[in-house]
Amino acid sequence: MTLTHFLFGRLTLAAFQHDFIVYSGVFSMFGGIITVLAVITYFKRWKWLWTEWLTTTDHKKIGVMYIIVSFVMLLRGLVDVALIRAQQATSVGSSQGILTPDHFQQIFSAHGTLMIFFVAMGLMFGLINLVVPLQIGARDVAFPFLNNVSFWLFFAGVVLINISLPIGDFSGAGWLAYPPLSELQFSPGVGIDYWIWCLQIAGIGSLISGINFLVTILKMRAKGMSLMKMPMFTWSVLCSMILVVFAFPILTVTLSLLALDRTLGMHFFTSSFGGNAMMYVNLIWAWGHPEVYILMLPAFGIFSEVVATFSKKRLFGYASMVWALAAITLLSFLVWLHHFFTMGAGADVNAFFGIMTMVIAVPTGVKVFNWLFTMYKGRITFATPMLWFLGFVVLFTIGGVAGVMMGLPAVDFQLHNSLFLVAHFHTMIIGGAVFGYFAGITYWFPKITGFKLNERWGVYAFWCWLIGFVVAFVPLYILGIMGATRRLDHYDPSQGWQGLFIVAGVGAAIIMVGVGFQILQIVVSIFQRKQNLDLTGDPWDGRTLEWSTASPPPFYNYAVLPEVSERDPFWVQKQSGKTPEKPVYKDIHMPKNSPFGMFIALFAVMFGFAIVWHILWLAIVGILGIMICVALRLSSDDTDYYVSAAEVAKIETARKVVA
Amino acid sequence: MTHETESQEVQKFGFWAYLMTDCVLFASLFATYAVLHNNTFGGPSGHDLFSMPYVLGETFILLVSSYTSGLAMLAVHKQAKNQALAWLGTTFVLGATFLIMELHEFSSLIHDGHSFRTNGFLSSYFTLVGTHGLHITFGLIWMAVLMVQVFKKGLPPKTTSRLTLLNMFWHFLDVIWIFIFTLVYLMAAR
Amino acid sequence: MNTEITQAEGNLTSYTVGFVLSILLTLAAYFSVTQHIFTGNALIIFIAILALVQLVVQLFFFLHLNKMKSRWNAVIFWFMLLIVAILVGGSLWIMKNLNYNMTPAQINAYMNNQDSL
Repeated sequence: MTLTHFLFGRLTLAAFQHDFIVYSGVFSMFGGIITVLAVITYFKRWKWLWTEWLTTTDHKKIGVMYIIVSFVMLLRGLVDVALIRAQQATSVGSSQGILTPDHFQQIFSAHGTLMIFFVAMGLMFGLINLVVPLQIGARDVAFPFLNNVSFWLFFAGVVLINISLPIGDFSGAGWLAYPPLSELQFSPGVGIDYWIWCLQIAGIGSLISGINFLVTILKMRAKGMSLMKMPMFTWSVLCSMILVVFAFPILTVTLSLLALDRTLGMHFFTSSFGGNAMMYVNLIWAWGHPEVYILMLPAFGIFSEVVATFSKKRLFGYASMVWALAAITLLSFLVWLHHFFTMGAGADVNAFFGIMTMVIAVPTGVKVFNWLFTMYKGRITFATPMLWFLGFVVLFTIGGVAGVMMGLPAVDFQLHNSLFLVAHFHTMIIGGAVFGYFAGITYWFPKITGFKLNERWGVYAFWCWLIGFVVAFVPLYILGIMGATRRLDHYDPSQGWQGLFIVAGVGAAIIMVGVGFQILQIVVSIFQRKQNLDLTGDPWDGRTLEWSTASPPPFYNYAVLPEVSERDPFWVQKQSGKTPEKPVYKDIHMPKNSPFGMFIALFAVMFGFAIVWHILWLAIVGILGIMICVALRLSSDDTDYYVSAAEVAKIETARKVVA
Repeated sequence: MTHETESQEVQKFGFWAYLMTDCVLFASLFATYAVLHNNTFGGPSGHDLFSMPYVLGETFILLVSSYTSGLAMLAVHKQAKNQALAWLGTTFVLGATFLIMELHEFSSLIHDGHSFRTNGFLSSYFTLVGTHGLHITFGLIWMAVLMVQVFKKGLPPKTTSRLTLLNMFWHFLDVIWIFIFTLVYLMAAR
Repeated sequence: MNTEITQAEGNLTSYTVGFVLSILLTLAAYFSVTQHIFTGNALIIFIAILALVQLVVQLFFFLHLNKMKSRWNAVIFWFMLLIVAILVGGSLWIMKNLNYNMTPAQINAYMNNQDSL
């Protein structure tokens, strides 16, 4: 083996050769990174960044970091959208559009992977981090250091998928990389390996978070907050974390088996030598279906909070909402075959999973009706969070009905992998999950930052998203029924599809205007923050415990841990008109910051990169680095500290003076 | 509960939750083995390749090590440092023996031309049993580190709680082995 | 000495009983296979039951699932078992079905209308 081969594995200069579009992306990315680094240096904020943010174990700050990273990745995912829509609107007949087929495949694969793992999961965990400990009256999560590690592993996945842009290629096998296409025989390059390892690393982070929040919710609730007195958002997070804990190990295994096939020449899913590619599809969807409910349930929980607050009425049917969540949690493990009805299972298997798919629509419907009943005879305020909910009701119902249609195997044989399917799942993820997260961000923004978002730009952003979504995806529903399959990079003009693709492109552009308005909203709100300060901590007349804290809350959340006796405890407290007693402060036990999360992620990136490019020495450095960081962390005695009661009193008194 | 024991309870529960995720991980590997175990691509099956007496030996060694790990915990609860170290050391030696036996089994299979690259059956066999072996390896490293800590610093609460977690981990690995023994080896031998 | 130990702990008796039972169950399974005491489906069911019994033995005598202070440990254990049953059982059912229907001989039979899904 030559020295170059030893040092660089299969990495050569050819990995840096790309077309114009990729180079534009790379330059934009570097431009963005350099700008950020320059700004931080100019304002001399490196130390602040290190001690206040990068090494923090504070769940509120970790939540903010998740959301910022996710939003940046949303922008990259939207660039993919622009390219896909442009290609499909123009690549007709003799025109080949703007992308080669190979490049197009990488773009839709990156689009799906980014949006699900690094936008949706990131926004979800971000909001969960921000809100759950506050809502249950706790000071932090059960394992604050692991929380930090989870964020950094998520970021490591982000880094790896972004490194694949300048160095090498990404996967062209779709967001789930089915074999045999994803096996060495048909994809010998590095793309699939990048895909495997950015997901594997981020997936470990998600699993750790799942355990963390499961334990937090079960073990760290305020005194008196029994399960049936928890806020509905916390309930939805509990159910989602149960799904994470039991589904993500399946993903870990499936990705590992594919990696073993590719890296060590094993035969799990190969076309020959006793492999079975269908087993991959089976396993990946056994994870994949719970995954979509993982994304959806917290969004449902956010809507429960928003609808109750902005109707000034308690949530209708609390117990049935809990039962619906529990039913969905269990059922989501019983429907996964509906993603591959057409792979060839017999009628009895298809029928069973088709029926279960119908059944799971029922508890979801129960929830929608309960939200509407909550609104009935309420005093409704149409603030931005409520607008996102109303958009959700319309879109999610339509998308859900489309899903039930495809739950019929006979119908699915027509619609599987058509644009009808694509429209359906985008309706669920955007109209359901993303609208929910946007509602959550606009709802809890004042709590975390201390000032309210500008309503006007928020309203504009919402309408652009809603109208843009309809204009972008209704054509896709129609195209799907007309026979257009997904992932098409070119089609014949005789199909008569081009008009609809052009309309879809316009819709995508409208959505991007909406995103532009969201960015504008944040910028304007920051500039106008002094006029929009949330001085009471309760800008929406909220019902749950987080609204009883200052905006933003002190780093320890609650000087005195609250005790509750009913649902919507803050609302109850406000209605009773009782002034709280003078608090007695005690020393508060808090976790210290730690750099090890970042370092573990750094070594994880090294390891992932090394496996992709077959650089053995770097892989060993990565593994050893992670193990050393873990050992150093575990042998450290300096991991926590106490805030004295006097210090707490000082902070609390200062808050009251401002208010 | 004191603040300290409360956080120990939380830690134990978190570790238990992690063990549940590890169970699902192994379940996925078992499912894969179940689907692929007949895919020998014309080659020999487990019936032809596995040595039952050898595997029975491995099974007993691991089982005894699970017992001695329990005895170590009894000593820990009595704050009997030397007894705890003795039983932990025994557990370590037994665990290391199990691992060496397994590595020997793997290397002779590979040497005879039945490697994990040969067919789907062998890929899934090596991965399932190998993942268990990897867990055993991490357990042994953890055990060695904790033994050094006990030797140097005795049995303060932080160490005893970590020993509790290790003990849970070690029992869990024996439970998984019961299923490997039954579903991989016994099923092949019938 | 920490008399307030809240974690479940066994005693020498429970560990030894668990150990001996596990040995016996292992031997029973082993010899039932090597001495061909049962065959066919009866054998499979027998060793499966022995494995499950040993699981329960080790859960109670080694891991003390019954004595843990928090009920939640048992709850998530049983839920995990349910998910594992669904995953393994479901995968076996699905893959058996797929493998049967998707073998080339079978596909030829459909195409010649000699068999149907």
